[in-house]
Amino acid sequence: MKLAYWMYAGPAHIGTLRVASSFKNVHAIMHAPLGDDYFNVMRSMLERERNFTPVTTSVVDRNVLARGSQEKVVDNITRKDAEEHPDLIVLTPTCTSSILQEDLQNFVERAQLDAKGDVILADVNHYRVNELQAGDRTLQQIVQFYTDKARKRGELPTEKTATPSVNILGISTLGFHNQHDCTELKRLMADLGITVNAVLPEGASVHEIKNLSRAWFNLVPYRELGLMSATYLQEQFNQPYVDITPMGVVETARCLRQIQKVLNEQGAAVDYEAFIEEQTLHVSQAAWFSRSIDCQNLTGKKAVVFGDNTHAAAMTKILAREMGIRVVLAGTYCKADADWFREQVVDFCDEVLVSDDNGAIGDAIARLEPAAIFGTQMERHVGKRLDIPCGVIAAPIHIQNFPIGYKPFMGYEGTNQITDLVYNSFTLGMEDHLLEIFGGHDTKESITKGISAESDLGWSKDGLTELNKIPGFVRGKVKRNTEKFARDRGIEQITAEVLYAAKEAVGA
Amino acid sequence: MTLATPQPQALNFDCETGNYHTFCPISCVAWLYQKIEDSFFLVIGTKTCGYFLQNAMGVMIFAEPRYAMAELEEGDISAQLNDYEELKRLCTQIKRDRNPSVIVWIGTCTTEIIKMDLEGLAPKLEQEVGIPIVVARANGLDYAFTQGEDTVLAAMAHRCPSKAPVADTEKEERNAISRLLNFGRKQEDVKAEESEYADHPPLVLFGSLPDPVVTQLTLELKKQGIKVSGWLPAKRFTELPVIEEGTYVVGVNPFLSHTATTLMRRRKCTLINAPFPIGPDGTRAWIEKICSVFNIQPKGLAEREQQVWASLEDYLQLIRGKSVFFMGDNLLEISLARFLVRCGMTVSEIGIPYMDKRYQKAELALLEQTCHEMGVPLPNIVEKPDNYNQLQRINDSHPDLVITGMAHANPLEARGINTKWSVEFTFAQIHGFTNARDILELVTRPLRRNNSLKDLGWSKLVKDEAKV
Ligand code: SF4
Ligand code: SF4
Repeated sequence: MKLAYWMYAGPAHIGTLRVASSFKNVHAIMHAPLGDDYFNVMRSMLERERNFTPVTTSVVDRNVLARGSQEKVVDNITRKDAEEHPDLIVLTPTCTSSILQEDLQNFVERAQLDAKGDVILADVNHYRVNELQAGDRTLQQIVQFYTDKARKRGELPTEKTATPSVNILGISTLGFHNQHDCTELKRLMADLGITVNAVLPEGASVHEIKNLSRAWFNLVPYRELGLMSATYLQEQFNQPYVDITPMGVVETARCLRQIQKVLNEQGAAVDYEAFIEEQTLHVSQAAWFSRSIDCQNLTGKKAVVFGDNTHAAAMTKILAREMGIRVVLAGTYCKADADWFREQVVDFCDEVLVSDDNGAIGDAIARLEPAAIFGTQMERHVGKRLDIPCGVIAAPIHIQNFPIGYKPFMGYEGTNQITDLVYNSFTLGMEDHLLEIFGGHDTKESITKGISAESDLGWSKDGLTELNKIPGFVRGKVKRNTEKFARDRGIEQITAEVLYAAKEAVGA
Repeated sequence: MTLATPQPQALNFDCETGNYHTFCPISCVAWLYQKIEDSFFLVIGTKTCGYFLQNAMGVMIFAEPRYAMAELEEGDISAQLNDYEELKRLCTQIKRDRNPSVIVWIGTCTTEIIKMDLEGLAPKLEQEVGIPIVVARANGLDYAFTQGEDTVLAAMAHRCPSKAPVADTEKEERNAISRLLNFGRKQEDVKAEESEYADHPPLVLFGSLPDPVVTQLTLELKKQGIKVSGWLPAKRFTELPVIEEGTYVVGVNPFLSHTATTLMRRRKCTLINAPFPIGPDGTRAWIEKICSVFNIQPKGLAEREQQVWASLEDYLQLIRGKSVFFMGDNLLEISLARFLVRCGMTVSEIGIPYMDKRYQKAELALLEQTCHEMGVPLPNIVEKPDNYNQLQRINDSHPDLVITGMAHANPLEARGINTKWSVEFTFAQIHGFTNARDILELVTRPLRRNNSLKDLGWSKLVKDEAKV
């Protein structure tokens, strides 16, 4: 048993459902108790989805437990098949119902006898893997299912497309800015003269899968979703893939050069150097920003980065390499793929943290006192309490991560968006400072709240009054320094005098 | 809306046992941990339970809430680990970090499936850790949404003291409500005031309501000379009301049937079966019923109700003659439907996750009576509805408003159907005379929204004819 207050990646069935419901005309049946169907709410509310989420819960209740689930699950599959004629029905348990250890594969086979569409069981170990791993696996499973099916029927194409083409793998519902990234990537491919053969799974039909091998390569923009499918397609068809995330000016260029290499190895003769240079120097504002006086002011400022592998690694590189910001800590919650992360960021940061314990990250932030954080919604809240600005760069997703306007993180427009995000995060801190100087803020009452539960130290009234006079953006820091000073000297009550003594001691 | 078929004379009940959407009952933690200020809620379940809690209550989790997950891992499921030792470790940690007056264990589907004997473990652990442990099995196999509160209150009913432990004057002191009502007044005044109350057996109210509403309802009863000796739950676990044999109890929420049964069977209380104090009509009927049980002649209730209705007139004009469809989510459906019929609406269908006809008897009777008096057809009551079938019925009857769980709201709106989230009624203050305005504020919002957008012609925002 583990005492838990927060999780970064969801349970496995969420990943499976994200992939299944991203496809067009695919329905998922979730074999689960009544309260497990929160996915439908998330999709409908966060994505502001206009259509009903194609997920039905086959309810496990006391009666079903007593009588066995088979009949009910099979009925629900065949019923949905008849009602909406989906191409595919994906059956998934949740970690709760998987404890029942029922032979769901057998249910699927039974249902398949009557269903006109295809029926599969999501082959995921619900106790061992999380949302991200399960999503990756489910996508691969569906790709494999339809590849095998086409092969049996002799429907697999043998030719590649006449001109260079790409499959973009890993765009899905409830992904962090996925829709915007997808639009940006399509534009980028069009600029390069590459045809998009398929985008998977968002908006795709399962019938497109048999034609995946026609593309010259697969592009996997997110480390968390699509890599298993790309690897599978490489094994099957010797189809190469590019898994460099095109985020930031430098990595976008590296991604494009890799694409160029992959295409030229297959007989194309493309040269993207001129395009890269034009975009970098004249179209994207990010490179110019790095030279501008605004960015000079950010030089050497300290930042903490935390998120999923894709976004945390890319962000660390952008801050360190493209903006001269000192990343004091780069962290990821993708523990299963930690080696990759370490290798990516080790040269760009002081410290690496691999953890899915939000308390550990909060404590690290409190200890490091960065000028800005780039993290998830959780770190944003940590930042709020410590008075440190935070830009949100990664899931877990939140309604704020579904802006109506166009806000990609990838490609050249993405570089502009990220620049704005970084700049605004830091300037928010400065603005705060100016406001304080001109007396524009209400005095905040929350200052005695530290990040880790309770402070054993007491503040006297005059001590607090003095503390409140200190500008908000350094107040937290002064408070922590003073408390450290007091603790080292065994002082229990912090008065105004102690505060000033501490200030002197640290030369602040 | 006219019905071609002859009007049925009695309420019709169906049970579809369908696939429907509602919240998991463990969500009761969201309001109960706030209500009971010295509590800590420990939800013992899987990642799925945790994910639900985190997303459904995202806002609160950041503020170091007084609840947490005891996440079961593979070793727990396969019984390699010792449940007692594991729970002891967690509860000791909670005691050390938070020092609550009570730890409430919330069982889940998983603890049911693996048959973890929480009730068996709690008494021993309680001794060893030195904190009361209350066990509520708020799982999604047996219950829906608000029924989670029912499981917690039923468990807490066992913990109410059966005798006032101390001298009489101090007993007054330990009662939060009387302290609240007598705030800042001298003992003699309080004594003098006792005579304002009629002589009646002790009365305890059950159901979790926000503190302002608790005060309002307590004062309404006081106006009739009725003294509320306590509420279950109280603001603090240490202030649970005294329940003696023969104490009268009355519920304020329609989803508390197990709590009612526990109070009757295990604590030998007498249940007052009344409609629920929702809407001016329901509130009046609720007070009248309590008065009648205590042989008290109610004073000024009819005028009070009339005043409230008069003050609601601006809202009533917006909804009179309109129709409403309840998909079913929080078990407040019957009470809300009854109130809206009295407001002049027609109700075509009331979906509801669970229908306890005995506990809701007075409410159902009032619904029936209200429909007859207002001359509208009786609604169909569908227990455990099938959402897919309901969407077909909504498509056919095109109600003016659908009160629905969150999963269906946006898709219905995209098809030009007005919706209101049922969960908003769970969290808003809707009980008592004056809060009726808040109910109508919610109900009329989509209609008022339409008035402001009506010239734009944006009613349907999906392409094909609604394929639901
Ligand atoms: S329905 Fe059961 S498994 Fe699902 S969240 Fe609720 S208690 Fe947990
Ligand atoms: S709305 Fe704001 S305060 Fe509320 S959870 Fe989201 S980010 Fe936090």
